Formats: sequence, structure tokens, C-alpha cells
Amino acid sequence: MCDQTFLVNVFGSCDKCFKQRALRPVFKKSQQLNYCSICAEIMATDGLHENETLASLKSEAESLKGKLEEERAKLHDVELHQVAERVEALGQFVMKTRRTLKGHGNKVLCMDWCKDKRRIVSSSQDGKVIVWDSFTTNKEHAVTMPCTWVMACAYAPSGCAIACGGLDNKCSVYPLTFDKNENMAAKKKSVAMHTNYLSACSFTNSDMQILTASGDGTCALWDVESGQLLQSFHGHGADVLCLDLAPSETGNTFVSGGCDKKAMVWDMRSGQCVQAFETHESDINSVRYYPSGDAFASGSDDATCRLYDLRADREVAIYSKESIIFGASSVDFSLSGRLLFAGYNDYTINVWDVLKGSRVSILFGHENRVSTLRVSPDGTAFCSGSWDHTLRVRKTSFHFAV
Amino acid sequence: MSSKTASTNNIAQARRTVQQLRLEASIERIKVSKASADLMSYCEEHARSDPLLIGIPTSENPFKDEKTCVIL
Repeated sequence: MCDQTFLVNVFGSCDKCFKQRALRPVFKKSQQLNYCSICAEIMATDGLHENETLASLKSEAESLKGKLEEERAKLHDVELHQVAERVEALGQFVMKTRRTLKGHGNKVLCMDWCKDKRRIVSSSQDGKVIVWDSFTTNKEHAVTMPCTWVMACAYAPSGCAIACGGLDNKCSVYPLTFDKNENMAAKKKSVAMHTNYLSACSFTNSDMQILTASGDGTCALWDVESGQLLQSFHGHGADVLCLDLAPSETGNTFVSGGCDKKAMVWDMRSGQCVQAFETHESDINSVRYYPSGDAFASGSDDATCRLYDLRADREVAIYSKESIIFGASSVDFSLSGRLLFAGYNDYTINVWDVLKGSRVSILFGHENRVSTLRVSPDGTAFCSGSWDHTLRVRKTSFHFAV
Repeated sequence: MSSKTASTNNIAQARRTVQQLRLEASIERIKVSKASADLMSYCEEHARSDPLLIGIPTSENPFKDEKTCVIL
């Protein structure tokens, strides 16, 4: 059980005991009050019936888990790859590296594409965050963070700012300026504050809000302008390593994956976990929504990637091979959702047929672990970042039909 | 921490777990066959516009290598 520290954003007088303490929001009959942590614990045990002992609650939890499994199993009438038998098989792919971005002095940990489909932001272990033009391989901006291991970076939807963070436990937003006289670091704005490292960050549909995931076991939604915490998401039992927002058409949810082997789907407005999946056998390093928003894929240290369907509420496919024994660090779908690209710690990228569950291609080239992988917004290319200090942009040059 | 607070914490934690599980058990689910069919139809619909799936001709490829001019 990890040491979950709750974010303290309000200090004041408790609504129950009126003492000056650090306050937590609690919901009583859907009204939000602020209680100090002692009153919050007392409230949680309020109205405890005589027979609601710890043992009875635990056995109820076990029986509910059993019921959940039963309900999910009832609808498991067929496997995805069986239904996909009638789909045409994919042929041979030739995917070439079109650009190699060199310039980082140390392991590349994270990258993100700009909506203009050409710019890329990447961050590395030595604290450098670089914005590249992937067509020309020019470095357009570079900033040095005051910490090492910048594990998360994201491009704002407008293309005018980037967010990054890591061992500094913060997520900072840097507006991008082309004015040579302006020092990018001077305009930095600290938005998120966690009590442990920042593992992932993402802007929501606008430049105004950022979603973060942290080693402190929580995710949080922040207002960029004021730095205020809008919503926090508690439920993971260990470090949260990754998150992904649902495609905008499908609504206000996001999925997160953590070291507790769970992938959890959250409602951004209420802060509630709406679905949880626990079938991986090790830490989940990466989660990504299927383009339709009805499913998501995860990559884990157990050397498998899995597809979970949200409406069927279960895992529907596993992408694994006996010969693959290294963890998958990063996954992403192609535009149609037919291909799943996964970067592994054995320096390779495997391309999976999502429907049939088979591997269609294996890509070499990196000289160390692949740590991050994203498909471009228009689906024409994908970029992988690695511990070998480089990023590679690849495209499909041929697909020989079967 | 006194043992009373510790047990209160455990009970509160167990209560939260039970409430969360109740929520999760009550959601509406569809059959895997229907969910799979929907995933497949999405793939088929968008397959033609997926550049990584079909490969795009070199003339439209913004990442193609620039060829140097040769004076004949």
C-alpha cells in the first residue's frame, strides 16, 4: 500500500469542528464541504452498522469482485480475433526512418506532436526540452529545466506553448516565442504541484487546462492561468505512470495506468473512477485510446500490450509473443485503429494488427530502449524517442497486399 | 498512530472500496461480439484514409528525402 499523500490546497476552518486545519473536500448528500482530515475519517465511519466490521466489509468487497467477474464473463461470448477472421489479413509493411532527430545529450524520455503535424517537443534525462521541426530537423526552441529526468512533456493545442515536468514534482508551462531577445525560461509558469515526480501531462481540448499524473498515486486537473487545482483523482494504489484523454467526441473521460497494474477510467467532472481493469501482471507504462474512444490499449512491463473495450467492460485482446520478453514502454494507434505501434525495452518497435492480434512488422534502428512513441495527428508518420538520445520519424513506404 | 485511528482508517478504506465496487458492478455492458463488430467496422470505415496502413505515394510525402539537382 503506497503512501498516498493528499494534495493540500486549502487551509482554513473545518466545517465540522471549526478548528484551523488543512482541509479536504468531502461530499455529504452531494454538497461539498471542507473537513479536516480527522473529521473526514470520522464521517467515513459515520452510521456504521453494528455488523459492518472490517471483516464483513472485506468479504462484501470480495463477493462484489466475484459478481463483477461473473457479469463480465456472461457477455464474453466470443474473442475479438475470432470475429476478425473474416477481415482481410494485412500484408507486408516497409516502414522507413525518414528523419533522425539528434541533439539531446541524454536519454529521450517523452515526446509529443504539435497539431500542425510537423513540430515535435521532446524531453530528456539531462533536463533539456527541445522543440523540433520534423520536416527540416531544425531545433526551433530549447529550454533547460532546473531538474533532471523530465519524464513528461506536451504540446498545447494552439501550438503556442509546451508543458513539461519530472523530478521537480511540478508541471511547468512555457509559452513559445520566436523573439530571439526573449528568454523562454523567464516566462515559465508553474502550474501543477504534486508530492512526487510528474510522470505524464496532457493539455485538455484547450490551452487553459492541464491533466497530470504523478508518482504520488494521483492524477489532477489544473487551470493553467491561475495554477488552481480543479479536480483530483484518487484511487491508484501506487505511482501513476501514464494517462490519455478520450477523443473529444466521446466526452470528458480519461484513462490512467499505474504501478498497481490497474488501468482506470475517470470522469473528469466528478473525479470518480468509472471503470477499472486489472489484468496486467506488472506496471502499466502506457495507455492510449482507440480512435473511436470505445476502447483503449495499454503497454506493460509484463511484455504484453492489451486492448480493453469500455462498453464490454473487459479485456478483448492480448498482443504478446513468447519471444518478446521485455516490457512495452509506449503504445499508439494508427489513424484507423487497425495498427498498434508499441515500443519495447529490447530496442525494437512491434507493429500489431489490432483486430487479428498478430504482429505485422518489427522495426529496428534504435540503439537503446524505446521510451516514447506517438503517431502524428494526421496519421502520416510516427515518431519514436529512445534512450539512445535520438528520435526517429518513420513512415510506411510500401504495404504489399497479401 | 493509535490503534483506534488505524482501524478507523482501514474501515473507511474498506467502505470506499465496497462503494467503488458497487458502482463498477452496476454499469451497463454490451456483449463482446457487438463491441468487436463495432471496432471492426470503425477500422474498415477509416482504413482508406490511414496513411500508415496504405502507404502514401512519394509525391505527397512531406518527409521524402530531397533529391539534389543534376545538371545534364
